[in-house]
Amino acid sequence: MLTDVIQTLPQVIVDGLTLGAVYAVIAIGYTMVYGILELINFAHGEIFMTGAFIGTAILLTFSGIGWLSAMPAIIVLIIVLIATSILTGFLGMGIERVAYRPLRNAPKLITLITAIGISFLLQDIIRFIAEVKKGNYIITGPSLFTGKMKLEASSLWPQFHDASFKSTFLVVLITAIIMMLVLDLFVNHTKWGMAIRAVAQDRDTAALMTINVNKVISVTFFVGSALGGATGVLFAVQYGTIDPYIGFILGIKAFTAAVLGGIGNIRGAMVGGMVIGMLEMFAAANLSGLTGGVFGAEYKDVFAFIILIVVLIFKPEGLFGKAAVEKV
Amino acid sequence: MLNKKAVSLFITAGLVMGILSGCASSSDSANSSGESEGKTVIKIATQSPLSGGSATLGEAIKLGAQLALEDQKEEFAKKGFELQLVPYDDQGDPKKGVANAQLIASDKEILGVVGHLNSGVAIPSSETYEKYNIVMVSPANTATEITDRGLKVTNRIVARDDFQGPAGAEYAVETLKAKKIFVIQDKTAYGTGLADAFKAAAEELGAEIVGYEGITVGEKDFNGVLNQVASKKPDLIYFGGMYSEGGLILKQAVDKGINVPFMGGDALDSSAFVDIAGETVTNAFITSVAGDTTKTEEGKKFADDYKKKFNKNIESYSAYAYDSMGVVLKGLSDAIEKNDGKLPTREQVRDAVRAIQDYKGVVTQVSFDEKGDNKYGKIFIYKFNEASYPATMEGEVSK
Repeated sequence: MLTDVIQTLPQVIVDGLTLGAVYAVIAIGYTMVYGILELINFAHGEIFMTGAFIGTAILLTFSGIGWLSAMPAIIVLIIVLIATSILTGFLGMGIERVAYRPLRNAPKLITLITAIGISFLLQDIIRFIAEVKKGNYIITGPSLFTGKMKLEASSLWPQFHDASFKSTFLVVLITAIIMMLVLDLFVNHTKWGMAIRAVAQDRDTAALMTINVNKVISVTFFVGSALGGATGVLFAVQYGTIDPYIGFILGIKAFTAAVLGGIGNIRGAMVGGMVIGMLEMFAAANLSGLTGGVFGAEYKDVFAFIILIVVLIFKPEGLFGKAAVEKV
Repeated sequence: MLNKKAVSLFITAGLVMGILSGCASSSDSANSSGESEGKTVIKIATQSPLSGGSATLGEAIKLGAQLALEDQKEEFAKKGFELQLVPYDDQGDPKKGVANAQLIASDKEILGVVGHLNSGVAIPSSETYEKYNIVMVSPANTATEITDRGLKVTNRIVARDDFQGPAGAEYAVETLKAKKIFVIQDKTAYGTGLADAFKAAAEELGAEIVGYEGITVGEKDFNGVLNQVASKKPDLIYFGGMYSEGGLILKQAVDKGINVPFMGGDALDSSAFVDIAGETVTNAFITSVAGDTTKTEEGKKFADDYKKKFNKNIESYSAYAYDSMGVVLKGLSDAIEKNDGKLPTREQVRDAVRAIQDYKGVVTQVSFDEKGDNKYGKIFIYKFNEASYPATMEGEVSK
């Protein structure tokens, strides 16, 4: 039984990293908005989904006019990533301007409900467009990277089985890591990043220090949504098939990751996403083996969430969160 | 203040308009139905998912039924009846199906239903039909419970799950020589039922079931389960579930280097399955209750008519919906004859449909037994030789 676990470990880690990277980048979007507005932006999962659709639409257009075969795949990916993240970035800014800013002084619950409303709206708009254009809202895009690779884990330690993966895995992982690094630099080492942190700490005082709070909040939404949209593209590239409801389950899990890492903390969200992704993959692959077939792979989410509950019982502020000090 | 007043005035005006237009349209429809051109209107409903993940198949059911109804419109017009089709969207959701069934029951002109696609929806909805004696002929429901409850209204022209699973198992073990089989199911009534039936039959035939796992509908990443599959090294994967998950599992399995035959049930029999799985679909075998429509002359003609009329290629259930509607209309005209050319009651139509023997449809012959199962229901085995739909028929198993 234990040998089974060890044998499949390299493969589980490879798959867990992919899923974890996707969770992590979406979790960043939740955590940034929460950090600055104390608002749980439930529409973020749908922005991710919209990104996946915009990316696939661009890819389909490219393949329609024959650019896909003419250009190297990596350049296509970069173009699609940039175009999509700009579009979803503006979408996020627009949502903030229309749905959240007028309610900024209203009770927190009201904005939460608005966020849920926005997410339904986005789901159905996308579904409508997809059905009109393609006749079916489950869309399968062209595959960009088709290569397969093998990780010779057995040469590392004979107990391991080799892990095999598609080249998209590397693309997704590397792009996600680059995005996280750039974001980390942006937040911690630029003027705008400093402004974002200042507003997150204390909005009123930041305003007194000549920071344009509205602009900073807009930028935060832009960055968070751009990241979410870009992750959508990565998701579409990795899994190929998308539908308008992918944002819901993924959004919930990414939100969980943000909470696990300590909501409001960007590095925490990254780690939280990776942890949840790994846990889920590990549980799906090994749960039935470990429990002697009583609990099958379908209980993977239960397993992941039990871990979450245990962590939060002992560390309610999350893995990286600071214990909240009431602002007076 | 003025602003608020204006808004509330506007809303009230909108509401009033809405009510008025609602009244208007209902009186309109009352005029148009009923006794238009001196003919008595008979409505037949279809219930299938017209939106949602299985809309491709659901729409095929609606269009197939529509074609049959329009083909026979003339004939009924001669008898003094006007046929109308009323399509309902059950969204693949049992709650919606039952709500629609209530609507159907309350419309006294509806005398029969063609549907559903999903067994999980058909089972609760048929309870309502039974209460109001509306006959239901299903082009696609394979769950055993549909007819095993002994309802008077439920009939189906396709084979049953407890026949589909074993037929698949027989093909897998005897023709494909599978010895170690991994079973995955999607935790729905259909998927679990099919997978269990397959598992039991395969074990009886001497194959070893090396794993039995569930997945969640709506997810996109199945690498976790597939890691288990990879470590067990089966020589066949069996999947009980719908095409959206099945296609992804197949694709991700091949990406993982698990290059073994993949077998599933009739819910994979859709062009969308090929779209999702792409090239990897050549690993797939499917058992289906739907035969290859284009194999016979009538079938080819049907496919051409369908294409001409709707500008769409037929799906697996299109012709079955056509035949289901044919069966309903046959029962209806029998009942009219028995009733001396007058409008029959719902009970009379119900009994006339159940009594149908040796009806010759486009794809299947229909004779109902006392439970409403079709004596001619068959299971067909398909293989995808290339990444295009429909697949090639490999064999058929009859009772």
